[in-house]
Amino acid sequence: MQLPDAEQLCTSLVSQLRAQVTPDTAIVGIVTGGAWLAERLHRELGLKTPMGTLDVSFYRDDLGKSGLKKQVLPSQVPFEVEGRPLLLVDDVLYTGRTIRAAMNELFDYGRPARIDLAVLVDRGGRELPIAAQFCGARLDVPAGKVLVLERDEAAGGKLVLQLSAQRRKPSSAKGSGK
Amino acid sequence: MRNPQLNAHGELQHLLTIEGLPREVIVHILDTAGSFVGITERDVKKVPILRGKSVFNLFFENSTRTRTTFEIAAKRLSADVINLNINTSSAAKGESLLDTIDNLSAMHADMFVVRHASSGAPHLIARHVEAHPHLHVVNAGDGRHAHPTQGLLDLYTLRHYKQDFTRLSVAVVGDVLHSRVARSLIHGLTTMGTPDVRVIGPKTLLPEGVEKLGVRVFNDMNEGLRGCDAIVMLRLQNERMKGPLLPSAQEFFKSYGLTAEKLALAKPDAIVMHPGPMNRGVEIDSAVADGPRSVILPQVTFGIAVRMAVMAILAGQ
Repeated sequence: MQLPDAEQLCTSLVSQLRAQVTPDTAIVGIVTGGAWLAERLHRELGLKTPMGTLDVSFYRDDLGKSGLKKQVLPSQVPFEVEGRPLLLVDDVLYTGRTIRAAMNELFDYGRPARIDLAVLVDRGGRELPIAAQFCGARLDVPAGKVLVLERDEAAGGKLVLQLSAQRRKPSSAKGSGK
Repeated sequence: MRNPQLNAHGELQHLLTIEGLPREVIVHILDTAGSFVGITERDVKKVPILRGKSVFNLFFENSTRTRTTFEIAAKRLSADVINLNINTSSAAKGESLLDTIDNLSAMHADMFVVRHASSGAPHLIARHVEAHPHLHVVNAGDGRHAHPTQGLLDLYTLRHYKQDFTRLSVAVVGDVLHSRVARSLIHGLTTMGTPDVRVIGPKTLLPEGVEKLGVRVFNDMNEGLRGCDAIVMLRLQNERMKGPLLPSAQEFFKSYGLTAEKLALAKPDAIVMHPGPMNRGVEIDSAVADGPRSVILPQVTFGIAVRMAVMAILAGQ
């Protein structure tokens, strides 16, 4: 199937977000794809607050099924969460379970004023009442296929959407339900 | 024969000993511990990964520190922790041990953290619970055999301060004979590719054939410390000493106590480690224990993250 150009979706997200962010807004990306996207948005929007990254592995609800992935990265939240508007960023929104885990983790840092969600692609298939306020594109992806964001370092960090046949093993992937 | 701590897929089912543990399993534990260090610095020092699981601390031998760090680690993973200090003086230990395990299994335990004076007790328990694949056993020190989480936290500390094991020279000093800490660390260091591991101590406190573990043996501490990157001091285990292995604690300190003068023989940036509890003035001088090269207290902090990592990985299998 034809996948949209991630770079174009990224530009569209930036224009949607420009009017919405405040000087207080902090951006938090979910590793790995969401963190790459957050990095890009943070730069393009010129946000002053340093960006954060979350690895939600310790908050996932499927530990018993998939085990703990091999490389859990430390979450970095280099700002006060208490009372702050947060923009949570992920590459692909699917079941909503990753977002639930991310929100639970954020609340362990404090009580944010609000959390908005920005994603590059919403592929439907929600299993939880979660919605993205900002979305690059909606896309029907057949169940059983995995849509992920890749970063091409050789091409200067160009973002590319990739479709693969099946879920990668938790040992090598971000272990999400995408 | 299959490694009893790994399941059919080569994943960690129990943590019984570092000996024979594949390098990638050790690296996975150390990497995961790295992520938990950050959590212990947050306001809310808790993640929900073991929520609803019951961890039983079975201490058949006293140890306040190890039990406490396991308890903190399990609680920071949101597990329910039940501490049992079981007096071993009763007869027929083998029988009663497995009876205890059966009873606790019937209470739907998920993990046993076992400290026992007899080498091999955690193995016995692991074999006994084979029929319950959701049950995991962590060895918290058995006899003179192994203390894998201490070995892993020592490895974590070394990696934190010195990064690359393949360039390291590590000296383990003192009562190696009675030390499960030394055994676990030596196996870990060799698995991680440490080229120079030295053991230093009087002949009476070094196990026979210790050089077969791939270490260099020194009876002269001054000679043994020369140019090393890290010094791991062992506690002189008074309570384990049977017979006159040593003239006196003072004599021991003179020959094998770590003083500033002896430390000066190691590399200028060498770190000093100790598993605790310390006997100040017996194996280590206070000035060194509290000095700038000592990483003894960071070891304790890392120990919690390492134990969190072990329990989180086991619970995920």
